[in-house]
Amino acid sequence: MDFGLSQEQQLVVDTVRRFVEDELYPLEAEVERRGFVPRELGREIQRKVIALGFYAPNIPQEFGGGGLDHLGFTLLERELGRAAMALTVWWGRPSNILCACEGEQRERYLLPATRGDKIDALAMTEPGAGSDVRGMSCTARQAGGDWVINGTKHFISHADIADFVILFAATGEEETRSGRKKRISCFLVDRGTPGFEIRPGYNAVSHRGYHNCILSFSDCRVPASQMLGGEGEGFALANAWLHATRLTVAAMCVGRARRAFDLALRYAVERRQFGQQIGKFQGVSFKLADMSTEIDAADYLTLAAAWQLDQGRKADRPIAEAKLFASEMLARVTDAALQIYGGMGLMEDLPLERLWRDARVERIWEGTSEIQRHIISRDLLRPLGG
Amino acid sequence: MKVLVAVKRVIDFNVKVRVKADKTGVETANVKMSMNPFDEIGVEEAIRLKEAGIATEIIAVSLGVAQCQETIRTALAMGADRGILVQSDAELQPLAVAKLLKAIVEKEKPELCILGKQAIDDDCNQTGQMLAALLGWAQGTFASKVKREGDRLLVTREVDGGLETVKLKLPAVVTTDLRLNEPRYASLPNIMKAKKKPIETLTPEQLGVDVAPRLVTLKVEEPPKRQGGRKVASVAELVDKLRNEARVI
Ligand SMILES: Cc1cc2nc3c(=O)[nH]c(=O)nc-3n(C[C@H](O)[C@H](O)[C@H](O)COP(=O)(O)OP(=O)(O)OC[C@H]3O[C@@H](n4cnc5c(N)ncnc54)[C@H](O)[C@@H]3O)c2cc1C
Repeated sequence: MDFGLSQEQQLVVDTVRRFVEDELYPLEAEVERRGFVPRELGREIQRKVIALGFYAPNIPQEFGGGGLDHLGFTLLERELGRAAMALTVWWGRPSNILCACEGEQRERYLLPATRGDKIDALAMTEPGAGSDVRGMSCTARQAGGDWVINGTKHFISHADIADFVILFAATGEEETRSGRKKRISCFLVDRGTPGFEIRPGYNAVSHRGYHNCILSFSDCRVPASQMLGGEGEGFALANAWLHATRLTVAAMCVGRARRAFDLALRYAVERRQFGQQIGKFQGVSFKLADMSTEIDAADYLTLAAAWQLDQGRKADRPIAEAKLFASEMLARVTDAALQIYGGMGLMEDLPLERLWRDARVERIWEGTSEIQRHIISRDLLRPLGG
Repeated sequence: MKVLVAVKRVIDFNVKVRVKADKTGVETANVKMSMNPFDEIGVEEAIRLKEAGIATEIIAVSLGVAQCQETIRTALAMGADRGILVQSDAELQPLAVAKLLKAIVEKEKPELCILGKQAIDDDCNQTGQMLAALLGWAQGTFASKVKREGDRLLVTREVDGGLETVKLKLPAVVTTDLRLNEPRYASLPNIMKAKKKPIETLTPEQLGVDVAPRLVTLKVEEPPKRQGGRKVASVAELVDKLRNEARVI
């Protein structure tokens, strides 16, 4: 067992870290204050990343992507996780599910997304269907050779800058062993398609400048050629391609926690009270010890889950464990880091209060902590007849 | 034109350096190591010369422990073509490094050697000059601009009084200053390609160089802690303190 990084992996980590620190950190405060990233600035980040050959690093080389394996991609996400998502969203990592594109779908969606000519968003959640995604009420019905979509999606990340959305909608019902269930299909829908509207969503406490949107579809007509996979195969596709997205949340949490920790560690030796460094007080130093331990634990869980994926093993439980632990760890670590800073930690002049706020959403999106626990416990109990 | 760039593995510039308890040197165990920043500038300059069609091949050379391979790999990921590692666990002082580089120059016959003006660990600022002297080549140190003009190299140097431009006959040795360029990030395709680029490993013995240290380090100590400043009420008091306490005037 080798816990070290290869030279190649280390170079990826070093390069991404340096880019994030030199190119993105200086922009963060302004983006946070204004609440958005000017389009031209986003495009500039995108151009730089494309020039570095680091755009779409998760997409296989045969489609023009960077071709990183799961471990390499997880390491990259970990470093990107340090910076504000409003900025890192422009470091395009198109949804892996686009690799399921067939025929002319490749030319229209996969390849432009990989080149950075088009940006994708993924729309699953609805006002009435969050954790219970299958409960979705957005429908698509067949009409001639087309599908006609009706319904509403909300909380859809960065749809404001997306050129197309990967949409999940119910295309019927079927009897299954566990009762009647909706048949879910996946569609690629272009911005500007008649009947498809993208509206601003809610202002969130986390990731200001990284926007979520409300999508509404009313008699929105798309040709059958824009269905990804077959009819009723939406969840099979999602399970095949999207489970690894959860792991990227875990990785980002580790990177962000590490950043908060580094700040707190430095402050513990710089700040003096009662005539000594505050790090000399056990109340502070033990916090640092716990933070470091938890970050390392989350890091290893995350990398081990990525490694399992690279071995071609089923990794649903390791991924859920990594996502659960890393997102909850991030909450504790950012909170402790802020505490070590005292009052100054709360002030917008430092990145800590933002890291602390940003941490909150990680326990909710890509499956809440409760849903992760559900996945983990089901995997444990099922083989025993539970 | 073949270009040889020297790349040294040093403690990362972000690390707060600590003296070892026994005062024999600085702590390097579990410390992040990186390429000397001036050498990064050297690699960048070589790549720019190659992009401009002036350089044909870039060879990155590092001297020292086996892990110097990582430093070479970084140079390869930036765009160098191949690497040479002269592996040795001995302490390599500037003169030894210059002699080893000379041996490699004689083997590889580059027309230009680019080195950092100094390495941020010992700040010696000697190797480039020694190498030029040993080879009998022209040298342009502290370069902030390098331009080829026919068979000459115009090197703008950062000197105390400002800028000085020298015209060098090739082959030559150039050492880089901070403002020469801004090194690029390694690109992902180059990182992936770097693995396949060859690194040749040699030893000082194979090159016939005696690397025995000529200098002895007696003791390494932390610089004295900075004293807090003091306010004085008048110029007269200042002059008095400078004369009688600090004894500098
Ligand atoms: C900022 C933001 C961006 C998002 N971006 C996207 C996006 O791009 N695309 C997309 O499709 N979705 C996106 N989401 C949606 C996100 O995935 C959902 O918010 C999440 O799945 C939870 O759904 P919900 O908010 O409706 O909560 P609910 O499902 O209503 O859950 C409410 C509470 O009930 C608990 N609960 C629910 N079911 C169970 C159960 N079986 N056992 C125990 N507890 C349970 C939950 O854990 C939670 O605590 C985003 C969300 C946010 C906040």
